[in-house]
Amino acid sequence: MIHRRRMLPLPGKVLVNVGDAVRSDQAVARAELPGKVFPVNLANQLSVAPGEIKDYLVKKEGDVVEKDEILAENKPLIKWFKTEIRSPVAGTIESVSSVTGQVLLREPPRVLQLLAYVDGTIIETIPQQGVVVETTCSLVQGIFGIGGETSGDIVMAVKTPDEPLTPGHLNTAMKDKVVVGGSFLSADAMKQAKTVGVAGLVVGGIHDEDLRALLGYDLGVAITGTEQVGFTLILTEGFGTIPMAAKTFKLLSTYVGRKASISGATQIRAGVIRPEIIIPQGAAGIGMNVQSQRDGIRVGDPVRIIRDPLFGCIGEVSALPSELTKIPTESEVRVLEVMFPDGRRVVIPRTNIEVIEGA
Amino acid sequence: MMVTGVVQSMTGESAQRAALGAGAIVIDVLAANDGRLPHEKIERIRSMRPDMILMSGGTDGGAVTHVVEMAEYIAAAEPRPRFGVTYKLPLIYAGNKEAQPQVKKILEDKSALVVTENIRPVLERENLAPARNKIHDLFLEHVMQQAPGYKKLIDMTGAPIMPTPAAVGLIMEAIAKRDHLNLIGVDIGGATTDVFSVFDGVFNRTVSANLGMSYSVSNVLAEAGLASIMRWVPFTIDEQTLRNRIKNKMIRPTTIPQTLDELQIEQAIAREALRLALIHHKSLATGLKGVQQERTISDVFEQRTSGKSLIDMLKLDLIVGSGGILSHAPRRIQSMLMMVDAYEPTGCTRLSVDSIFMMPHLGVLSTINEKAATDVFVRDCMIYLGTCVAPIGQGQDGEVCADYEIAWPDGKTTKEQLRFSELRLYPLDSGKQATITVRPAKQVNMGAGVGVGVTREVHGGVVGLLLDGRGRPLKLPAEQTGRVAALAKWFKAVDLYPVQSAEC
Repeated sequence: MIHRRRMLPLPGKVLVNVGDAVRSDQAVARAELPGKVFPVNLANQLSVAPGEIKDYLVKKEGDVVEKDEILAENKPLIKWFKTEIRSPVAGTIESVSSVTGQVLLREPPRVLQLLAYVDGTIIETIPQQGVVVETTCSLVQGIFGIGGETSGDIVMAVKTPDEPLTPGHLNTAMKDKVVVGGSFLSADAMKQAKTVGVAGLVVGGIHDEDLRALLGYDLGVAITGTEQVGFTLILTEGFGTIPMAAKTFKLLSTYVGRKASISGATQIRAGVIRPEIIIPQGAAGIGMNVQSQRDGIRVGDPVRIIRDPLFGCIGEVSALPSELTKIPTESEVRVLEVMFPDGRRVVIPRTNIEVIEGA
Repeated sequence: MMVTGVVQSMTGESAQRAALGAGAIVIDVLAANDGRLPHEKIERIRSMRPDMILMSGGTDGGAVTHVVEMAEYIAAAEPRPRFGVTYKLPLIYAGNKEAQPQVKKILEDKSALVVTENIRPVLERENLAPARNKIHDLFLEHVMQQAPGYKKLIDMTGAPIMPTPAAVGLIMEAIAKRDHLNLIGVDIGGATTDVFSVFDGVFNRTVSANLGMSYSVSNVLAEAGLASIMRWVPFTIDEQTLRNRIKNKMIRPTTIPQTLDELQIEQAIAREALRLALIHHKSLATGLKGVQQERTISDVFEQRTSGKSLIDMLKLDLIVGSGGILSHAPRRIQSMLMMVDAYEPTGCTRLSVDSIFMMPHLGVLSTINEKAATDVFVRDCMIYLGTCVAPIGQGQDGEVCADYEIAWPDGKTTKEQLRFSELRLYPLDSGKQATITVRPAKQVNMGAGVGVGVTREVHGGVVGLLLDGRGRPLKLPAEQTGRVAALAKWFKAVDLYPVQSAEC
């Protein structure tokens, strides 16, 4: 069971009531974004003092104007010397300043609709601000993503988690779908995904160079979610070629054909936000798997190493020495011992692993 | 914060200095002459959503129109705070006092307006303190009120709550005042790098919001470029692997280097972050621009402009480093060399690190008992690394850079020659002093003029006395093999890293 708080960026109107069932693409609240403002300096254009412009105005504060409608004009003795100042936009006259000689024109407001994002039930409404949607679902958290919220049916494009996603895997039947790949997404596959029109891509890893080419700039700080590259991209593991965790791959495989709501929004500083894949269970949901609260790391826990030189390797905690240990950099840190499936054991700083949740 | 002024390089910069000094991150500087069209400025204010705005502009009795124009843009943008739908955006007006009535009329209803003294009452003088104090007050009253648990914190604390950078700034100022020092302090964190300086009693602080070692590590790569980072690394690595590694650090910011090559890459990135942050600081820690200057006949050949940077590396007495990468480097010499490489100190400069991140706390303490705060800082918090002696000039590798003579505290003396492209490290314990006489070669300067010898008292530390003959400005060999060989030679000379890179 998860809750998603849906909030308008400025006060508006909530369109649903507590208890209403909503679909992901349904508007739950609406607000009017004030229109853009265009200043026009009448004093300069009419060559008069700012304090005098009121005498030349044809329209007054609060009036509605059409594009190219006359805002102000002078009244010369000879008609040829007449100057007319026309409105550059359609909107209303917000203010007239006798200090600067400026008229501020505001375009009509733009309606902003806030969607439910996930299929679920409204459990709370916050007057003028938004709602809380509740849904019973399977949730997969990625590590990094780009692009905003979208939804689509889940399609598995590869057979195994270590198979890279190539352009050949992507076809027109995947339009508007959430496509799951394996270990790696190449630049060519990204191009093909855009051509096909997939809603989202979920893969193990990509190269930073390909991300830079996709965005058109080098991403400096991991605050994402507003990019518009044609699809939402979610990495489950990181940068490089890294097989998707078997558990994640298996879980997504279970839900082929089911609708998923996804978001690439990532924020790694204070108040961490990670990208997510939400698969609502609906009325016909399969048995809920409630996760128990973890209390620290234990011997036997499955872990993934998240720093080179063994980045991406998966093993099991085989020892948890409590004393500080000197690592090759000469730093003295707390470490743990990881055993790989082949029986090999390595010592890793505790901060360089993450526990594979729910395994 | 967003700050506004009339002329970008005058009131715009003064407003920026006021905000930065108060501990803020400045997200944009709007000015009448910033080249943006009016509707672009309005859009910018709307989209950036600052927590606070500082308006300045015009000297008292000077321009009114431009200030009022900016007020109209802000009013039109209807800026809304990021947090708290119900409260109004705090806005400080610290511009031309003649424009106060109009600004009040325009903005009083649309913001939580506070009017204070002009930050630039006349072109020749800045008056930043009143605006800084107001920023501080409004930060606590409005912005921090939105932080969870803040009200509980107020009940728990007996002293005023301060933003961390403002408190660090206070302790830096207190130390500089106590020992009559010119100093540069740096706090390099995961997301930002703060630089503080006190030169001839003038305090400045800048924050490079996107230069850091974890959250912002990728931005260091974007700003410095791969080549600048790799020049500090004594091996080669392909670009794709390095880029992926840096991005992986960004998305998993709590990981630490596990192998020696990873440590070297991380310390190379730190050098670049420190270097870029100091360049940023130098560009803002300047004298006032647009000020009339008196010239005498002796100045005729020197076309100095106003607004010269206050940072004079030859006058610099002390560098204080803080932040995980500097405070927790496995060897103290690594911290010292990172700062020396990034800042290229000249003449004789003492270096230290903050070992226990107590600077912010001591900054607050200094408002209650300055002596207690500085005493604790010097005795328990700061670890002196030693002194770097670096002549200015360049020459061929192996050429004589300077002759030097060191009189050690035990009465012994060392008489040697420092050659170009040479690093030498002598142990000199904390609390000990030695006297060094440097007689630079013909084209080399130790601060007293080209070829003129100097004698200085130098302080020891946990690292010692570092003689840097690599030349200033510091230039690394352009060609790959030569660069790697030079780095290997320097690293070995000061015992920077363990010899064997053990396999993990």
